[in-house]
Amino acid sequence: MDILNAVVLFGNFVIIPATTYGAQLALGALGITLVFSILRFANFAHGELMSFGAMLTLFLTWYFQDAGIHAGPLPTVLLALPAGILGAIAMALVTERTVYRFYRSQKANSITLAIVSVGVMFVMAGLIRFMIGPDEHVMSDGARFLFKASEFRQATGLREGLAIKTSQVITVGVAVLMVAALFWFLHKTRTGKAMRALSDNPDLALLSGINPDRIVAVTWALTAVLAAVGGALYGLDKTYKPFVFMQLLLPIFASAIVGGIGQPVGAILGGFVIAYSEVILTYAYKKFLTYLVPESWAPEGLVQLLSTDYKFAVSFIILVVVLLIRPTGIIRGKVL
Amino acid sequence: MKRRGILYFAGVLLLLTGVGWMQSWNVAFGILNMCLISAIMALGVNIQWGYAGLFNAGIMGFVALGGLSAVLVSVMPVREAWAIGGGGMAASLLVLAVTVGAIFFIRKRLSSPFRFWAVVLVSLAGFLVMRSLYLPAAELIESINPAQTGFLGGFGLPIIFSWMIGGAVAAGAAWLIGKLSLGLRADYLAIATLGISEIIIAIIKYEEWLTRGVKNVTGLPRPVPYEVDLVEAGWLLDLSQYLGTGLTETASLLVKICYFLLFLGVLAIIMTLSERALKSPWGRMMRAIRDNRDAASAMGKDVTSRHLQAFVLGCAVCGIAGAMLVTLDGQLVPASYFPLRYTFLIWVMVILGGSGNNWGAVLGGCIIWFLWIEAEPLGYWLVHAITFPLEDGYWLKQHLVDNAAQTRLILMGAILLIVMRFAPKGLIPER
Repeated sequence: MDILNAVVLFGNFVIIPATTYGAQLALGALGITLVFSILRFANFAHGELMSFGAMLTLFLTWYFQDAGIHAGPLPTVLLALPAGILGAIAMALVTERTVYRFYRSQKANSITLAIVSVGVMFVMAGLIRFMIGPDEHVMSDGARFLFKASEFRQATGLREGLAIKTSQVITVGVAVLMVAALFWFLHKTRTGKAMRALSDNPDLALLSGINPDRIVAVTWALTAVLAAVGGALYGLDKTYKPFVFMQLLLPIFASAIVGGIGQPVGAILGGFVIAYSEVILTYAYKKFLTYLVPESWAPEGLVQLLSTDYKFAVSFIILVVVLLIRPTGIIRGKVL
Repeated sequence: MKRRGILYFAGVLLLLTGVGWMQSWNVAFGILNMCLISAIMALGVNIQWGYAGLFNAGIMGFVALGGLSAVLVSVMPVREAWAIGGGGMAASLLVLAVTVGAIFFIRKRLSSPFRFWAVVLVSLAGFLVMRSLYLPAAELIESINPAQTGFLGGFGLPIIFSWMIGGAVAAGAAWLIGKLSLGLRADYLAIATLGISEIIIAIIKYEEWLTRGVKNVTGLPRPVPYEVDLVEAGWLLDLSQYLGTGLTETASLLVKICYFLLFLGVLAIIMTLSERALKSPWGRMMRAIRDNRDAASAMGKDVTSRHLQAFVLGCAVCGIAGAMLVTLDGQLVPASYFPLRYTFLIWVMVILGGSGNNWGAVLGGCIIWFLWIEAEPLGYWLVHAITFPLEDGYWLKQHLVDNAAQTRLILMGAILLIVMRFAPKGLIPER
C-alpha cells in the first residue's frame, strides 16, 4: 500500500493533462455556445477560427524571436497573442459582414447557416494552409517546466515524480481569467445583459430597443477572442498543426452539447467532462493499482479500459450518448 | 430547363476532352472514373438531403464501410488466423450481442429507479467480459505473419460482389444509427452523424485484426483485366500500333475504360431507380414531409420512419460508391478518410448541382471532382502568374508556390458560399 505515490502518479498522468485539455476545450466550447445562443446555428468553422488566431500568433512569435524580443521565462507566444486575437476578431467580423449577415436578413433556418459555415470552414482552412502550409510547428519557448519530475522526487523523496509544464500553468491561468472576464461581461455590462436578453427572447429584446447588429458583432468578437486564445493555448501546450483543429472541432461540439448548449457554465463543465473522460478511460492503471493493492494482487495486464488510439473517439461516444439520452445536456440548454 | 442541363453536361464532357488532348487520355479517364464515383455518392446524399431534408454529416463513415466491405469480400481468408483467434473473436462478439440485448431488455422491463444503475452495471460487466475475450484473440490474430497479413482476411469472393454487399453493410449501419439519432433536431443530427462517422473511421483505423489498420490492405483483386496480362496479348500490340500510342499506355487506358463502363452501368442503375422513386408517390410524400413536416404528419404520414427510409437508402448508395472507390484504388487506406474530402466535398457537389434533382447531383459530382483535381495545376499556374515579378528562389514566392495546392480548399468553399447566396437551388433546380 502506497497511497501517496499512487496519488502523485494519478495527478501527473491524469489530473494535470486532463485539466489543461479541459481548459482548452472549455474555451472552444464557449465560442460555440455563444454563437449558438445568439445566432442560433452550429458553427462548423469554429475550429478553423481557432486555428487562424493561433496561426497569426505564431507568425508574430517568429518575428519576435527573430528580433530577439523575449518574455523571460514565459513563452513569447503570450506577447504575440494580442495580435492573434485582433486578427481573429477582424476575420470573424469580415465573415459576419460578407457571409452571415445576408442570411440573418433572410431569416434563414439554422441548417442553411450550418451549411454556410461549412463553406466558411473550407475557405478558412484553405487560407490557413496557403499561408502557413500543412506542416507542424512548435510554439513554445522559454522555460519548459515549472518544476520537473526529478526535482519533485528530490524534494519529496517519493518514487513517483510530478511535473508541471509552464504551458499547462499558463493554459489554466489564462483560461480562468478569460472565463471570469466573460462572465463579468455577460452579467455586469449593459451589452452583456443585452446579449443575454437577445438569446433568451429575441422578440422581446428587439422590442426593448436592442440593436441586433451591434449585439451580433459583439458576439462574433467575443467568440473570436475565445477562439484565438483557445487555439494559441492548444498550440502552445502541444504543437500547432492546421489539420488538428478540424479534429478538435468534434470534442468542442461535444463539450458544448454535453454541458448544455447555449449555457456558458455548461460549456465549461462539458469541456472538463470530455477531457477527464478521454484521459481516464484511456489511462493504463497497472502502475496505479500496483501501488494500492498488496503485492500478490498486482495486475498483469495494462488495466486500460480503452486503447489510447480511441482517445478522440471517447468524446464522440459521449456526444452521441448524451444526444440520445439527454439532448439538452447536463445543465438544460435552450434547445429542442 | 432540360436544355440547360444538357448544356452543362456537354460542358463537362468538353472539359474532359480538353484534358484528354492537353494532358493525356489516361488522366482524362482517371478523372472521369472518379467523377462517376463522386456522382454516385452525391446521388446518395441527394436522397437524404434533397428528398428528405436530412443533414447527414457522416457520409465519410458509410463510404468507409463500403470500402471495408470491398476488403472483407475480396481478400482470401487467413486460415491460420481464423484457427487461432476466430473462436475468441466470435465469443467476444457474442458477448457484445448478449450485452446489448440485455440492456434493451432492462430498459423495457425494469422500472425507473433501478433501471439506470442496472444498465450501467450490465454494460460495464459486458464490456469487461468482452474485453477479456477480445484482447488475447486480437493479439493472436495480429501476430500471424504481421508483415503480410496479421488480420482475419476476407471471404475470397470476386470483388464486384462487394459493391452490393458494401451497400448492404452501409444500409445496416445506417438503420441502426438512424434509429438512434433521427429524432434529433436538424443541426444536432449533423453533429451526431459527424461524430459517428469519426467513430467508424477510428474502428477501421485501429482494429488491426479486422482491417490491418494503418498498415493498409493493398493489392486487392480486380474485376477487370490487369495491364501486365493485356500487354502480352497480341491484339493489344496491333491496337496500340493502330492508335500510335505506347503499349503500356494503351493497356492502362483500356483498363480505365473497363472500369468506366462498369461504373457507368452502376450509375445508370442507381440513377434510374432514384428517378423512379422520386417520381413515385413515395417521392412526392418525401418532398411533402421535407417541405412541411407538420402538415405531412397531420395527413397521417409517419415522418420518423420515412426519414429512416431515406437515410438508409442514401447511406446504402454511399456504401456502394465507397466499395467502388476501394475497388478502383485496389487498396484500403484507413488513414486517408477525412471529413473534408469524404463528407463536406460531397455536400458541395449536391448543393452546386441542385439539391433535390438527381441530374443535378450527378452534374455537381462531375464538376466538383474535375475542379478538385484540376484546381491543383490551376493553382500553380495562378500563383506563378501572380508571383511573376518576384525572382525565383525568393522565400515568399517559394512559400506560395509550395502551398499553391491548398487553393482548392478555398475554391470549394467559395463555390459553396456563392451557390448558397446567389443560386440556392443549384445549377439544375428541382422540378
